[in-house]
Parts: sequence; structure tokens; C-alpha cells
Amino acid sequence: MLASLVGFLGDFELAEEATQEAFAIATERWRRDGMPDRPGAWLTTTARNRAVDQLRRRRTQEAKAPLLEVRDTVEHDDGLGREPDDMVIPDERLELIFMCCHPALATEAQVALTLRALGGLTTDEIAQAFLVAPETMKRRLSRAKLKIKAAGVPFRVPPDHLLPDRLAAVLAVIYLIFNEGYSGRVDLATEAIRLGRALSDLMPDEPEVHGLVALMLCHHARRQARFTGEDLVLLADQDRTLWDAGQIDEARALIDRALALQGRGPYVLQAAIAALQTDDPIDWPQVAALYDRLARLTGSPVVELNRAVAVAQAGSPGAALAIVDQLALDDYPYLHSTRAELLRRLDRPDDAAAAYRRALELTHTEPERRFLERRLGSVL
Amino acid sequence: MEYALLVHEKPGAYDGLSDEERQAVLGEYWTLRDDPRVVAGAALHPVETVTTVRVHDGDTLVTDGPFADTKEVFAGWYVIEADDIDAAIEIASRCPAARFGGSVEVRPVLEPRL
Repeated sequence: MLASLVGFLGDFELAEEATQEAFAIATERWRRDGMPDRPGAWLTTTARNRAVDQLRRRRTQEAKAPLLEVRDTVEHDDGLGREPDDMVIPDERLELIFMCCHPALATEAQVALTLRALGGLTTDEIAQAFLVAPETMKRRLSRAKLKIKAAGVPFRVPPDHLLPDRLAAVLAVIYLIFNEGYSGRVDLATEAIRLGRALSDLMPDEPEVHGLVALMLCHHARRQARFTGEDLVLLADQDRTLWDAGQIDEARALIDRALALQGRGPYVLQAAIAALQTDDPIDWPQVAALYDRLARLTGSPVVELNRAVAVAQAGSPGAALAIVDQLALDDYPYLHSTRAELLRRLDRPDDAAAAYRRALELTHTEPERRFLERRLGSVL
Repeated sequence: MEYALLVHEKPGAYDGLSDEERQAVLGEYWTLRDDPRVVAGAALHPVETVTTVRVHDGDTLVTDGPFADTKEVFAGWYVIEADDIDAAIEIASRCPAARFGGSVEVRPVLEPRL
């Protein structure tokens, strides 16, 4: 409902206020008169009317304000001769998410706005999720809405020539939200998946969208098995009965759909890799090949690192070490932990120990620290 | 909606270019001026010709040079009439300065215009 109202008004703030007012009126009115036949349409009409009233008030106050085109017929019907109760509420969530993720807005604003507008989270909930003060988040959202209005960020699905980049931005925001949730706050991960699924329904012909949802589902399906108590469990050692088989199946179906749509983009590739890693046994050469494609697409040294791991798992730790030694990732803890593991397999315990120590200097979390210390112990 | 496109050039951006190439760049700026959405525009003389004016306690202070020593130099502007920011971005991206190491600031104009 908010989405259609934003579309109608072109003003986020006004749409939000009007929506809240409509709900408040509904609470009172419906208790007294009972529920209308089409509560959705009632709410939308009421919200539109409140917004129109507000705009009229503003207009008479301001001297020369172009503002928005307000369709005067809204009080009576929707311009098509239908009474409000017959109105169909258009689904404009796609327009809304592209607006929220417009590059003219700062990334953190895109994330907050998406969660507020499409995730339905309150400002306080979003503040909590990102560990900032509620006032800070409130300001962030206000500024973003102001910019949308003042700078003319459009409420629409971008035209074809802009769509690839803009869609990539939307997917990046959703994945960012997912990764915030992945390290502990499950709610955000679930929210991201919900957003991804909605996008997947709204854009059925976009393979990268299905790829992203599949990728998130693969990660999410394994969340119960990643830790025993406080300790990290490697993929190979995970208790597969703790995996959510339903989500993995859904992921595979989405990957198939994406591949059928000729999708070979980064999210589809990552999803395919994640799905392959839920097989038993894992086809490591295939995983390595997919990482190779991904590395060429993204130019990312981290992807190359993952390729090296796959190459090692496929049986060539020497070749893997050669790949790793080419990478400029000296401040990245996983580079050193990977090197250490490869050196361990190549029977070079002293070099392995040095690498584990370097990794320990750089590592961020307690479970990882404990894991690395145990590994260090095994080569001393 | 009206937008101001404020063009900032990287100093020495066109140093390596031949006269012909420089003419071509100028031509691009003129072509942009012909876009029906462009309402006004002007190129400015180089930064060596700038004079800065301040008034402090009723005294007018005049100094040589721009108000701030910035890396990029403000080189000119357009005012355009566009439906939304995407249209403004598209026009801005066609300013040569943007691809020669400079940048174009896109700012909505406060209406009514002065």
C-alpha cells in the first residue's frame, strides 16, 4: 500500500504520514462501524485523501509552489469510473525498491530505506540491527527521503539501458542486508531472503535475481551446522542433518531456472558453487572451474583465493599454493590461514606455523581465533 | 525539474591533446548546449582570471585567485530542465570533463529561479 501511495504522490515522507493516519483512523472508525468489505481499498482511499488534504493545505501556504500534480478526481473514483471499494491496489514494490536503491543515495541510506519501505522494519529496529543510535538512523532516513524529493529520484523501474547496473545495485543491497544477518542476527538474513523472493517473483526473467536468492538460501540452510556451541565447524565436518533440505532444494530449483535463462552472472555462479558444495562428494574440479569464471568476471583476488582452495581440495595443493602466492591480500586473514593449511598439507610445518601466526594477528572473531590456535597447535 | 550541472575540470586534463582534439572537446560542450533540455550554460575563463570578493565588517576585500585552492577547477555550468535525476545524470555524463579526470556536480535548482 505504501508503494502505490509513494508512486501516486512522488513523496515518501507524505506517503508515510498519510499511511499512518489512515491506520489510526481505521482503528477508531472500524471499532465503531465494523470492518468495511474491502479494507485494503478503504485504507488506500483514506490515505490518499489525507495526503491530498495535506497537499492542498501546503499549497495555500506557499506562494508559488509547483509541487506535485494532484489528481483531483481521487476523492470520487480512481478516474476509471469505479467506486473506491472496487479499486485494485497496484503492486509497485518494484518501483519502490529501485527508488530506494538509486545510486544518488549513499549505500547505507539505500540499505536503511529498503528495510524501512519494503521490509517494514521500524526505524528503531533498523538502528538496532546496524548498531547505531535511533536518532542517527532517523536522521539518515530523513535525509534520504529529502534527497529523493529534492533531487528528483524517480519512482520507476529503470529503462533497459540502465537496468543492468541498477539491478546490480538492488541485489548488492539485499545481499548486504543478508550478510549483516549471517553473522548472528537471523532476522536480517530472513528479511533479505524475503526481499529476494519478492524480487524474484516480480522479475521472473532476471537470472541474477534467482541466483542471489539461491545463494542466500544455500548459506541460510546451513546456519544451524556452522557452529557447535561457540566453535566454528568446517563445511566438510558439518552435520548435514542440521541443514535445511527444503531450502537447499529450493535453491537448486532457482539455479536451474537461472541457468535455463542463460544466466552466467556473478550471483548465479556463486549460487552454483554453493550448491555444489552441498553435494556428497563435492565435485571440486567443477567448483574450481566455476571460481575461475567468477574470477574473470569480477577480477577479485578473494575469488582467486577460493579457487585456490578448490584446486587444493581437488588434489593439487602445490598448484593451489602457487595461486595464493600471487595474490595481493596481505591484510586478509583468510589468505594466511589458507596458506597455512596448504603448507601443512605440503609437509612444511614451520612455514605453516608462521602463516597461522600471521592469520591470528589479523583475525576478528573469537571462534575463528580458537580455530586457528588449534590448527597452530597441530603443526607445532 | 531544473538542475544545475556544475562542471569541474582536472587541471591539465587536455594537455596531451592536439589542437584538433581540443576543438572536438569544445564541440561536445557546444553540442550539449543544443540539447533541448539545456536552458542555459556558460564556459568560464580559466582559474588564473578569477578574483574573489568578501565583505567583512563593511569592508570589501578583494583577492586574486579562487576562494579555495581545490584540486579540480570549476570550469562552467549548464542549467537543464529534466524529468528526473536520471535524465540529469545522462546529460552530465556527456560533459567531457567527466571522462577527463574531472567531475560534474548535479544539483537541483531551488524554484522559483532567480
